[in-house]
Amino acid sequence: MLKIVQGEVYDPINGIDGEKRDICIEGGKIVAEVEGAPTIDASGMVVMPGGVDIHSHIAGSKVNTGRKMRPEDHRGDVVPRTNVTRSGVGYTVPSTFTTGYRYAALGYTTVMEAAVPPLTAKHAHEELNDIPLLDKASFPLMGNNYFVLKYIATGEFQKVKAFVAWLLQATKGYAIKIVNPGGVDTWKWGKNIESLDEKANTFDVTPRQILTTLARVQEDLGLPHPIHVHCNNLGVPGNYETTLKTMEAVEGRRIHITHAQFNSYGGESWARFRSKAPEIATYVNDHPNVTIDVGQVIFGEATTMTADGPWQYRLHQLTGHKWVNSDVEMETGAGIVPYRFSKRNSVNAIQWAIGLELLLLIEDPWRVFLTTDHPNGGPFYFYPQIIKLLMSQDARLEMLESVHKWARTRTSLKELGREYSLYEIAIITRAGTAKALGLKEKGHLGVGADADIAIYPKLDDPEAMFSRPRYVIKGGEVIVEDGKVVKDGLGKTFFVEPAYDEAIEGEIREDFEKYYTVTFENYPVQLEHYLPRHEVIPCG
Amino acid sequence: MEIDNVVCAFCGCVCDDITVTVEEGRISEVKNACTLGRAWFLGHSSNAHRPSGTVNGRPVSTEEAVEEAARILAQARYPLIFGLTSTYCEAQKEAIALAEVLGACIDCCTSVCHGPSGIALQGVGEPTCTLGEVKNRADLIIYWGSNPAESHPRHLTRYAVTPKGLFTPRGRKDRRVVLVDVRPTPSARAADIFLQVKPGKDFECLWALRALIKGIDLEEDAVADTGVTLAQLKDLADRMQSCRFGMLCVGQGLTQSRGKQMNTTAVFLLVRELNGFTKFAAMPMRGHGNVTGIDNVLAWQTGYPFGVNFSRGYPRFNPGEFTAVDVLTRQEADAALIIASDPVANLPRPASGRLSQIPTVALETRESETTKIAKVVITTAPAGISAEGTVYRMDNVPLRLRKVLPSPFPSDEEVLSRLLERVKELKHA
Ligand code: SF4
Ligand SMILES: [Zn+2]
Repeated sequence: MLKIVQGEVYDPINGIDGEKRDICIEGGKIVAEVEGAPTIDASGMVVMPGGVDIHSHIAGSKVNTGRKMRPEDHRGDVVPRTNVTRSGVGYTVPSTFTTGYRYAALGYTTVMEAAVPPLTAKHAHEELNDIPLLDKASFPLMGNNYFVLKYIATGEFQKVKAFVAWLLQATKGYAIKIVNPGGVDTWKWGKNIESLDEKANTFDVTPRQILTTLARVQEDLGLPHPIHVHCNNLGVPGNYETTLKTMEAVEGRRIHITHAQFNSYGGESWARFRSKAPEIATYVNDHPNVTIDVGQVIFGEATTMTADGPWQYRLHQLTGHKWVNSDVEMETGAGIVPYRFSKRNSVNAIQWAIGLELLLLIEDPWRVFLTTDHPNGGPFYFYPQIIKLLMSQDARLEMLESVHKWARTRTSLKELGREYSLYEIAIITRAGTAKALGLKEKGHLGVGADADIAIYPKLDDPEAMFSRPRYVIKGGEVIVEDGKVVKDGLGKTFFVEPAYDEAIEGEIREDFEKYYTVTFENYPVQLEHYLPRHEVIPCG
Repeated sequence: MEIDNVVCAFCGCVCDDITVTVEEGRISEVKNACTLGRAWFLGHSSNAHRPSGTVNGRPVSTEEAVEEAARILAQARYPLIFGLTSTYCEAQKEAIALAEVLGACIDCCTSVCHGPSGIALQGVGEPTCTLGEVKNRADLIIYWGSNPAESHPRHLTRYAVTPKGLFTPRGRKDRRVVLVDVRPTPSARAADIFLQVKPGKDFECLWALRALIKGIDLEEDAVADTGVTLAQLKDLADRMQSCRFGMLCVGQGLTQSRGKQMNTTAVFLLVRELNGFTKFAAMPMRGHGNVTGIDNVLAWQTGYPFGVNFSRGYPRFNPGEFTAVDVLTRQEADAALIIASDPVANLPRPASGRLSQIPTVALETRESETTKIAKVVITTAPAGISAEGTVYRMDNVPLRLRKVLPSPFPSDEEVLSRLLERVKELKHA
């Protein structure tokens, strides 16, 4: 039991905009009333639901290879053990314990792992269980899956649908993730595809078909979150047209475009590189079926890691930096390249500006979300810096002056006067993301919600304010005080259990046994072993 | 009773299609496994006669042995935790937690097998893939410094040489197999081409291959003393560039000979450059048991894959300083906890000798050279036979070991978690 009194509450899902309200907690949930509960005096403070990150890379085979390959990343950022917390290392690819603590210390309590190869899903869950304090879910990669492509090629929609449902259950996944549809399959022979109507390699299917089919599957299965799409041609000058076509392809069905910053580029070469954020924002503004997260660039170190093998190879060739590629049989790929975003680099400066343009130009905060695509655009713990830039045009203009001039001449950022309110910040960091994810007990403070709460001191400097919450409460318990973790513990993992026609298991078994190198029986993630604390989010 | 789809983690192949027959409390038959795997399963059928533990050779209960082990470790100023190869990730996690509480050094067999591959990854990255990609696509397989016929027998039949895959429907007929080694091993029989490199000359050959694929004209004397002719290397370079999908399997012949991480770095650079022509991957032939698992768990919990030191309360990594052989040879470690491996048999003499001078605690399923010298021995249930948990294949694919036989002994995970609790209490007191 706990009662938070006198706080200025920002709870957009319930329409509460900075009013003084008391919040009552019992049994890990928000309740209407508690008797005789200890109180937290939140006068002079801002009370928000715990943050919900819709797209991050925190666990699994790719993230862990990123850790292994970058000792130089960890050495300068060490985290000693305390009486309460485990030790670890930070910077762009933090160790698991540190990942959990750092998110919690920002007031975030729920985080999505956005790209899991189904074959290594057990690995992702093992790591998720070692990320303390947070609730989590993971998105299995499906846009280049052999069976998805095969049944699209044969025109058997019902089989695609059954397979997707089976795969979500087998991996204990939450949403359909699509990365460079068709292109990663093609990369398995060292090539890529560049338009929505080019054919993939293993089967004669196009990105357009993959997108439309999976969008339909998502709708039919009633999954809580739309298809989560990393578009074709990511990172490449001129790619905004592909992004527009991707959004058009789903014909009004729901779609989430992730780290859209990396897909809002104009110009036909690096020399002509420019922002096309206004074009993307206009499309999003006109199409309520679309949500995006930005993938904001943070100047400094990053580790780029995606399932987009061909893009990562290209980035390796552009930079000469060390490169990991790891193709996963029948399913997907992975590439990792360390990167440094520099203020003096013309392209980096434009990339930085594009993220902000998207956030400022998309009018409906319920459809644009704050991410850095951690650790691709930079580490998640720089969110407070971005919040400050959104809330203050002065801060923005000051920073804009300090970066390469192309950010001023080839983007619209300097003309944008919009300043976010705390209410809007609460939407793009928790309420909106929870809603887009279909997590009904997250992202708000109404009766019945999970008692995940962040209490920030109300300061003039939003960066200072959001960097150091006075309290963070998770499941009704105080886990952070003054930005320090005071309690350790394990959160839960969400997944979905869409119904499917079991005939699909017999259907896929023959090819599975021929072409995979693990047995069909040993492939699924066993709930009892890999999800010690879990919750099924209903479909439909 | 027949149990299907049992996972064998004797070698890094981690075959998960083994059928084990259990009769009257013992394993009577093993199907699908190679001779190594078969011997592993059959050999563990009866160790019930062993004492639960010993202290100074005297049989004691598990509790007493744990108590003594806790006392030794809690008193030590610089304990070493080493091994962790033949156990599963859930137990490895407990060992890391223990190392953290003790401020110990924790290292695994990686530092004496494929550590140089890990260091090459840190230097230049690594183009790789899962084993199914090899089965489905690879038409050129190169084993370099590896003798899979004896170390990873089913690598040949299940993944890389003979299996029929999606784009390799004729199996062996769709592939060319090259073996490069310092002597003709039994694996040579599986190869179409065998290149005999002089010991210590791998790097020179790899570097020459890099030059050749870059179109640099080499003179014959550039490869003098390597044991291989320029013509042979040119032929290999041609095959590498013209294959559809190549796989270079990195053996310990590269990681444990002159050049070490320079050899593996040369491999990863060569393979990286080959991706400018075709699709090419490399993969360390990770050896024993779940050594890939401990690399993974250490990496996700500490950021580093082996040789981690907690003496400052946070993880530090420095191969050569915090790796077991070095900590022992320099006589720094003043107590040791050895888990599921046999360093006395396998480490160089100056390092293994130290283990008999200091109080050593060994968690083992059976007698070994290490249990013979250990002050405290705690008998545990063998992983994958009487204890279940997660293991990682050499390509980082996770699989779950099963428990097919009961055991009178606790699992590594149970013992380590009890040990952790006791050490915490003693440290607190
Ligand atoms: S190849 Fe290795 S994993 Fe497979 S059966 Fe033989 S010893 Fe076991
Ligand atoms: Zn991402």
